[in-house]
Amino acid sequence: MRIDVIKPGLATSIQDLGRQGYYHLGIPPSGGMDQRSLRAANLLLGNPEGAAVLECALLGPELRFEHACCVAVCGAEMSPKVDARPQPLNTVFEVPAGATLSFDFVRAGARAYLAVAGGFDVPEALGSRSTYALGGLGGLEGRPLQAGDQLTTLTPAAPARVGRALPEPLIPRFAKAYRLRVVPGIYAHRLEAHSQERFYAETWTVASEADRVGYRLKGGSTLSFLEREPPFGAGNDPSNIVDACYPIGSIQVPSGSEPIILHRDAVSGGGYAMIGTVISADMDWVGQIQPHQSVRFEAVDLEQALAARREYQDTLAALRQMP
Amino acid sequence: MTTLPPPAARYSLAADEYLFVEVSEEMTLEAFFRALSITQRLRELALPGLIEICPANASYQVRYDPDRISAQTLIDTLETLDAEVAARQRKTLTTRVVEVPVLYDDPWTRETLMRFRDRHQDPSGTDLDYAAQINGLPDAEAFIAAHSGNPWFVSMVGFVAGLPFMYQMVPRERQLQVPKYLRPRTDTPKQTVGYGGCFSCIYSVRGAGGYQMFGITPMPIYDPSGQQPHIDDSMIFFRPGDIVLHRAIDRATYDRLDAEAKAGRFQPRVASFDFDLDAFSRDPDAVAEQVKEVLHAH
Repeated sequence: MRIDVIKPGLATSIQDLGRQGYYHLGIPPSGGMDQRSLRAANLLLGNPEGAAVLECALLGPELRFEHACCVAVCGAEMSPKVDARPQPLNTVFEVPAGATLSFDFVRAGARAYLAVAGGFDVPEALGSRSTYALGGLGGLEGRPLQAGDQLTTLTPAAPARVGRALPEPLIPRFAKAYRLRVVPGIYAHRLEAHSQERFYAETWTVASEADRVGYRLKGGSTLSFLEREPPFGAGNDPSNIVDACYPIGSIQVPSGSEPIILHRDAVSGGGYAMIGTVISADMDWVGQIQPHQSVRFEAVDLEQALAARREYQDTLAALRQMP
Repeated sequence: MTTLPPPAARYSLAADEYLFVEVSEEMTLEAFFRALSITQRLRELALPGLIEICPANASYQVRYDPDRISAQTLIDTLETLDAEVAARQRKTLTTRVVEVPVLYDDPWTRETLMRFRDRHQDPSGTDLDYAAQINGLPDAEAFIAAHSGNPWFVSMVGFVAGLPFMYQMVPRERQLQVPKYLRPRTDTPKQTVGYGGCFSCIYSVRGAGGYQMFGITPMPIYDPSGQQPHIDDSMIFFRPGDIVLHRAIDRATYDRLDAEAKAGRFQPRVASFDFDLDAFSRDPDAVAEQVKEVLHAH
């Protein structure tokens, strides 16, 4: 089954659940930034929930289908259209042979997940089909889609059911302001106490540099680090550390201004102090925040992070059991 | 002989899936060796629920599944391993020595550094000139001699896929140190030999970077297309604990080795080596000589 890429969209790439076991060599997990929406689109179609999909950021692609194919779009509200006729989100529909699938402008959220019956067929690289563009690995030739690309799909195990839709309570609602829960730590002790407090008290704005590597934030006060004699090998800026590993979700603050939340295509390490880590249950939300939207951080402890993790798992369980 | 116990490592929870462990705030060979030894032992234990075990220069990080192993169990395990490693009679590591050929002061990094001169501390010279000057060396030639004259430990692999951070195996007073660019570049040629702080590195892919640029190696170190015989299925050549010797080469040698690499026929010079931390602490120059000997005997 062949699909031709007429227009690639802003940043459209093949993603699945990502790869594990290579972060110590500098290869990050990659995979869909909003894993819950990626899984939902696959589950609607009856695909394995980690089948490869297209992650479409902010401006969707235009795709021509050679043969009829069932598809589902979850995540950001970017309504799909078949030959200009609107189609429902969060619902299985069929694209007829020869038809063109395109997307409306995004109304809410930042990334839509287009799953096709069977899943996209690219070779696995290090155990995953996900694109890691910085390393030119996985996906289609290790890069986002380009006009003229040809995609193929795997044969579905069972036919999809047209009209099958996500139950209303399982559809995420995207806002313009987000609250992200953070476990403070790592090098937070190197901040002045008032900076530590302000980081959680102020409202931050997502900068235009918000991609799969990380999200940069603006608009808050510059954070002050405690004065110190630089440790050997760390560098002279007070925000420098001896180069270390960066957790996915960790927040670093180069020179005290413009914090960066690392996401699934993260640089795996470097020399900037991290002051906390976004809890795993909130990482999907990060991938749905648009540039210029606002974020507030809420400090939580491990118990609260684990409770949120259980809630998240309950949602995934409900998705797997949907009618 | 009595030795003081090493200072306690600092454990910090990075939300619900990561544990960050700082062995030392400053870079030392001892801290690197300790982090590497602990993470090697942890990998051997193969505990259920461990997902990523990442040693770094003077710290390490573990990603785990908190539904299968609790943070407290993990910290207790790591404290036990740390004590075990500290109690070892012989602090040794069986590793390999790798020769990395380098065309220093090459035309490609030179062109790139000229494009980004406005982001550099000293716009009047090259990165090599600047590095020589601030290390009190007479000229770039002397800096190249120092850079290629002693072995380096690969103390971390990362930032991007397969990039080795390397720490020079000389006493601290002889360490080369060069600050990073004032503002990062948006471009660095693939396989650039770079330098920032006390670390040398090799950029595995083309892209942004803040390290000084000294030269380029024809040796492929990251192989996503699986064409290089010296790189295994992980697609990445270097491992933390590898020992590297840089060898200065001329343009004709570079061209020949680059042609071999493009044809998938490049084979680096590699030899096995038993590193002993105490022997190194007693006489670093003697160990450096042994490293050179095993490589050249190979």
